[in-house]
Amino acid sequence: MALNYDQAIAAYDPTLGLEVHVELNTNSKMFCGCATEFGAEPNTQTCPVCLGLPGSLPAVNGKAIESSILIGLALNCSIAPFSRFARKNYFYPDMPKNFQTSQFDEPICVNGYLDVEIETDEGTKVFRIEIERVHMEEDTGKSLHVGGSTGRIHGAEYSLLDYNRAGIPLVEIVTKIIPNTGKYAPQVARAYVTELRDILRSLGVSDVKMEQGSLRCDANVSLAPAGSGQLGTRSETKNVNSLRSVERAVSGEIERQANRLQNGERIIQETRHFLEESGQTRPGRSKEQAEDYRYFPEPDLVPVAPDAAWIEELRATLPEKPSIRRKRLKIEWAVPDKEMASMVNAELLDTVEETVLLGSDPTKARSWWLGEISRLANEKEVAPTSLITPIQVAEVIALIASGELTDKLARQVVEGVINGEGTPQQVIDARGLKVVSDDSALMVAIEAAIASQPETAERIRGGNIPAAGALIGAVMKATGGQADAAKVRELLLKHLGQG
Amino acid sequence: MIHSTAAEMATKLAAGEISSVELTQQHLDRISVVDGQVHAFLYVDTEGALSQAAAVDAKRVAGEKLSPLAGVPLALKDVLTQKGIPTTCGSKILEGWRPPYDSTIVSKLKSAGIVILGKTNMDEFAMGSSTENSAYGPSHNPWDLTRIPGGSGGGSAASLAAFEAPLAMGTDTGGSIRQPAAVTGTVGVKPTYGGVSRYGLVAFSSSLDQAGPCARTVLDAALLHEAIAGYDPRDSTSINAPVPAVVAAAKKLDVKGMKIGIVKELSGDGYQAGVRSRFDEAIEELVNAGAEIVEVSCPNFEYALAAYYLIAPSEASSNLARFDSMRYGIRVGDDGVRGAEEVMKMTREVGFGKEVKRRIILGTYALSSGYYDAYYGSAQKVRTLITQDFAAAFSKADVLVSPTCPTTAFKIGEKSDDPLGMYLNDIATIPVNMAGIGGMSLPVGLAPEDGLPVGFQIMSPAMKDDLMYQVGGTLEAALLRKWGSPILSNAPALGAN
Repeated sequence: MALNYDQAIAAYDPTLGLEVHVELNTNSKMFCGCATEFGAEPNTQTCPVCLGLPGSLPAVNGKAIESSILIGLALNCSIAPFSRFARKNYFYPDMPKNFQTSQFDEPICVNGYLDVEIETDEGTKVFRIEIERVHMEEDTGKSLHVGGSTGRIHGAEYSLLDYNRAGIPLVEIVTKIIPNTGKYAPQVARAYVTELRDILRSLGVSDVKMEQGSLRCDANVSLAPAGSGQLGTRSETKNVNSLRSVERAVSGEIERQANRLQNGERIIQETRHFLEESGQTRPGRSKEQAEDYRYFPEPDLVPVAPDAAWIEELRATLPEKPSIRRKRLKIEWAVPDKEMASMVNAELLDTVEETVLLGSDPTKARSWWLGEISRLANEKEVAPTSLITPIQVAEVIALIASGELTDKLARQVVEGVINGEGTPQQVIDARGLKVVSDDSALMVAIEAAIASQPETAERIRGGNIPAAGALIGAVMKATGGQADAAKVRELLLKHLGQG
Repeated sequence: MIHSTAAEMATKLAAGEISSVELTQQHLDRISVVDGQVHAFLYVDTEGALSQAAAVDAKRVAGEKLSPLAGVPLALKDVLTQKGIPTTCGSKILEGWRPPYDSTIVSKLKSAGIVILGKTNMDEFAMGSSTENSAYGPSHNPWDLTRIPGGSGGGSAASLAAFEAPLAMGTDTGGSIRQPAAVTGTVGVKPTYGGVSRYGLVAFSSSLDQAGPCARTVLDAALLHEAIAGYDPRDSTSINAPVPAVVAAAKKLDVKGMKIGIVKELSGDGYQAGVRSRFDEAIEELVNAGAEIVEVSCPNFEYALAAYYLIAPSEASSNLARFDSMRYGIRVGDDGVRGAEEVMKMTREVGFGKEVKRRIILGTYALSSGYYDAYYGSAQKVRTLITQDFAAAFSKADVLVSPTCPTTAFKIGEKSDDPLGMYLNDIATIPVNMAGIGGMSLPVGLAPEDGLPVGFQIMSPAMKDDLMYQVGGTLEAALLRKWGSPILSNAPALGAN
């Protein structure tokens, strides 16, 4: 009988290892001046260097070194005073030189850690994930295998190669083995990648978009009999393209391996591909015969020897850790956990904070960005921040606070700004959106409403306050929504002797 | 005036006594007469050369300030890229490839107004000492057409000795500039590693490759050296420091008080008698000129050849991996059915010659896991020891000297089946590459037993290239006074059949 996840965990202890590849967002490639824009026409962002043409030579992108050091510092790593690039030799058509310029035994950052928190039935648990190394390398080109059933090179009719990606700077962050996570292994894996993504985003070094491949995670999983303290044979799952997939891939792999072991089968050391639809993995390349990459120091590049003073300068620029910042903002803004999570997931924390720093009330700022603006952004399938700026939103919120706009009018102003009608003030002027606060003008409308609904007015006079809603609604309608509803209510009730 | 030196040509050009077009045409004519015998060139760019020459002439007429060698023609080793001009590296695998970019050297040559006549023959991917490994057939030594002109840059050296060009570009990984210079009676210089940009030099062994000038005189080499040297941000290993003043050094003609070290390990048994006697006579000339001679010992040179034949093939096995038929060069077996891997294999089988395959296999093996430390790792340690030997020797002498090669030019075919015998040719030149220092070969006479040129090697500390030019220039002048005419005036006339 097949083991389910709980049974698998009862019988076996999982050990994890996570390798995260991050595409840096530098303007130019790792070793040449070519542009790095995502989604450009194939083979338009290439030159002799990234095409590996005979005679060409690499020259290191200083910005990529800086980004790598920042990542290392944020992950509590030591920055190597001397590190080297190395060649990883293997043949593949999308790799122009048939070797990848990478780092091998002398990476730029080593020995760090990252603490991640997960919420469990037993409360919040903290896991310290130890980082083995952070190293730099160049990305390969992209192959598109056409024809054939698998989309892989074998069996394809032909292959198309796009070298735009060749030479994009990559940073690989490798954890040490992560033991003792027990049943929380999938959550820990997800929390680690999430926290790492947030750190990278706060550093501004990468777009960290898993769906576009600018953040890729390979999950190594192995099992050993519960309590044995041993280390089993691992598999390496690739093609994990979302945070949710990280969690699913780990739990799926734990179940798969447990069932094999339970049936007396052995685990094959191999790469496996995560299948998004089923949450299962399928076998890829076997790593039983260890591939020999014939690493040796890259003779075309001089060692990277960052100046200690420079490293300290960079350390001083490190932003607040995302986890610490979230805790701080949660308290400062009095935000419930769930709301905090939505803001983080929608990538709007920075934007909301910016709006708050411009003087807006945190709750109002949050509800505008996550509510109306996100809704309009969804309709247009763009990022909320591409529609309107924090300055404009803060202006609108200020106008509401001062009573110059109602919520309803404010929505029209925001819509106008998004439609390109100008600043909030310009939209207000052009559309004539003004709260009617002149008492005498309102009184005319109130008296008209009372005249049209005398019975309702009588009920209010008799103390039925909730009945006022119908008359307020009529006044609002008559003023085209430009009246301040609270003001209308105040005047109406006073007029009917209930003020 | 093809028999003049480049410096003389430059003077006549500057004085308006000859135009660059006329001078270039004279060389093109010479090539068409003698290159059938010498086979120095793989490609002659007649049209391009004449139009470059015309452009220089126009600038001169317009009164523009020109570089010292503006209008002088040059032969380019086929391992350096020149935009739009076929670049084969002597290999079949690159047949038909026209690079879309200029090497830094070619950019510098072009901006200096130096006219590029064409591309010269070489051992495939610069692997060899005779040009017999060229996929396009060997070049012939103008002194004796049945003999090799050295290698890998045999085409460049032969073009100078045959007066097809007054200047040539070479590259030197283990002696590929100096050994051809020695066996053809010409001058060849390997500058300090990093002194000249490698951008656009198709790599054989990246940590050893260095381009340098080839000429018929020390001064001509110095003039070309200054035109091509200097820091290049495209080559991370190039040195960001001023170029040594080699032209001034070549003109000094004075070695009084200089200490010249004879390397004990680069003499004696294994060196041809005539090579030794001409070397000793050259030392006497230097003593007469006021130099002090000291003997130095470099005990680790013994391991240089073995270490070289691990490091160079290791790097080559990786550098040559890119020749896979996917993007440029020939493609074999692409019938629409075979997969990429099989097409790569078939192309490399047909496209690479025997020596290149030998070195790829050697290097692949040396870098393999489990063997790396014993082979590549140990070889790197030897390299450090050789560098230390040089440092110790340079503490006792300003420059070091040795014969450039153990023998004079051998017969074509004589060592084709004896790779080890072939490798031994570079025994005196390899330590210089291993340590990244400067080395020069200049002719010091003909060996009495065979009447063939003998080369004299001068080695100078890193970034002190001027010292070897100073000693070389002085020795050359002393020998010229003794002989009365340049050594090449003794070479047989060509093109008379």
